[in-house]
Amino acid sequence: MTSPHPIAAIAGILIVVLSLSAMLIWVERRLLALWQDRYGPNRVGPFGLLQVVADMIKIFTKEDWIPPFADKVVFVIAPMIVMVTVLLSFAVVPFAPGIIVADLNIALLFFLGMSSLGVYSIVLAGWASDSKYSLLGGLRAAAQMISYEVFMSLSLMGVVLLAGSFSLTAIVEAQKRLWFVVPQFLGFTLFLIAGVAEARRLPFDLPEAEAELVAGFHSEYSGMKFGMFFVGEYLGLILISSMITVLFFGGWLGPWLPPIVWFAIKMFAFICFFILLRASLPRLRFDQLMSWGWKAMLPLALVNLLLTGAVVLAWK
Amino acid sequence: MRSLIRTIWNVLLHTFHKRVTIQYPEEKPYLAPRTRGRIILSRDPDGGERCVACYLCAVVCPVDCIALQATEDENERRYPEFFRINFSRCIFCGYCEDACPTYAIQLTPDFEMGEYNRQNLVYEKEDLLIDGPGKYPGYNYWRVCGEQIGGKDKGEAENEAPPVDLRSLLP
Repeated sequence: MTSPHPIAAIAGILIVVLSLSAMLIWVERRLLALWQDRYGPNRVGPFGLLQVVADMIKIFTKEDWIPPFADKVVFVIAPMIVMVTVLLSFAVVPFAPGIIVADLNIALLFFLGMSSLGVYSIVLAGWASDSKYSLLGGLRAAAQMISYEVFMSLSLMGVVLLAGSFSLTAIVEAQKRLWFVVPQFLGFTLFLIAGVAEARRLPFDLPEAEAELVAGFHSEYSGMKFGMFFVGEYLGLILISSMITVLFFGGWLGPWLPPIVWFAIKMFAFICFFILLRASLPRLRFDQLMSWGWKAMLPLALVNLLLTGAVVLAWK
Repeated sequence: MRSLIRTIWNVLLHTFHKRVTIQYPEEKPYLAPRTRGRIILSRDPDGGERCVACYLCAVVCPVDCIALQATEDENERRYPEFFRINFSRCIFCGYCEDACPTYAIQLTPDFEMGEYNRQNLVYEKEDLLIDGPGKYPGYNYWRVCGEQIGGKDKGEAENEAPPVDLRSLLP
């Protein structure tokens, strides 16, 4: 397959990913409803699909209010950071052979770095809002995402050891014979949990925690700035699903169907799984979250790394 | 950990469950016969108004949405001159139905009274009166009560003993 022009690739991925994240609003509401024996939005257009358009019109026409006590510059910049970092991460995701913006040889590190930078958005939003609920949400986000970042990257090192490369394309190519989910099942589980925490989805949505913190770090946000956090969350969900697909489920690899279709199927399955998690699991308490991360997940990630290293060393 | 996975699995099984939502405008819900909905005024089996304008419904109404004015016809039979229910205030509590001594005011299983104009929710007597006896067929207040009206003297009501002659000494 010939590589498309870089600009075309960027524009294509941007449009697809952004409209996909908008569609996820509808997908999530319908799926949650399905699992709660309801229907969800089914009135606007066929199957309620135009609900997305209605939601977008609503969010664009809402008053975009900056509270007078907020730190204005930071308040405005914060929601942009989450969009930018997540969208930049998509640059290294190989959707199919040739459909990739930048095939970096350190793509995995780039992804990890970008997801770390994403924390700034949440922390700064909580800080700039100058309200106690937002600040608590920001604090929680900082603690949670830094602790989950640690074993997130460690859980991926097993994959790197097996593939012998940080390049995502090389990692996918290395799964031609066997998907990494089989030899790296522990790593996959750890990355899945860390991914949920990283995307701030239930049961790890403590920075938002609408039951205790109003809306957490985005309590004071309205209009399109709130919409950016919202879209950023869904983009993060798509990103984590794509990364799981690439790292553990063989990316675009699969028989008969075109590569991009295989990628989309796998990615969508994981998006549905994340929504299923939201439908079924209650939110953790914050101390449980921290001890779970440091006392259970981190040692397991280290053990996984040790075992994988030993096996690889013995094999070679 | 096992309980978590079982939870997720059980929620996933809900994919195949029947949905509980009733798709309202297309699919009507079942309304029990005693549903407290739109209020009506019924007539007795002979076609006369049952309401005797006793004001009990207006008194018991917690939101004061019933207004009426009593009057009498040529047979000294009491009836409301006007009877007005403001449905924009009504809370469908059914107290008026409980209070009514003649089964005249009744709540029906109909709730589809949406209006764009608030004034249209003020129902007058001609909007409230129906042609039948509602939930109580065969009941006619004026035929069973001891009240004397034109065409029905003392002792002529159903199951009513003839009046006692107070001035007679006979046992």
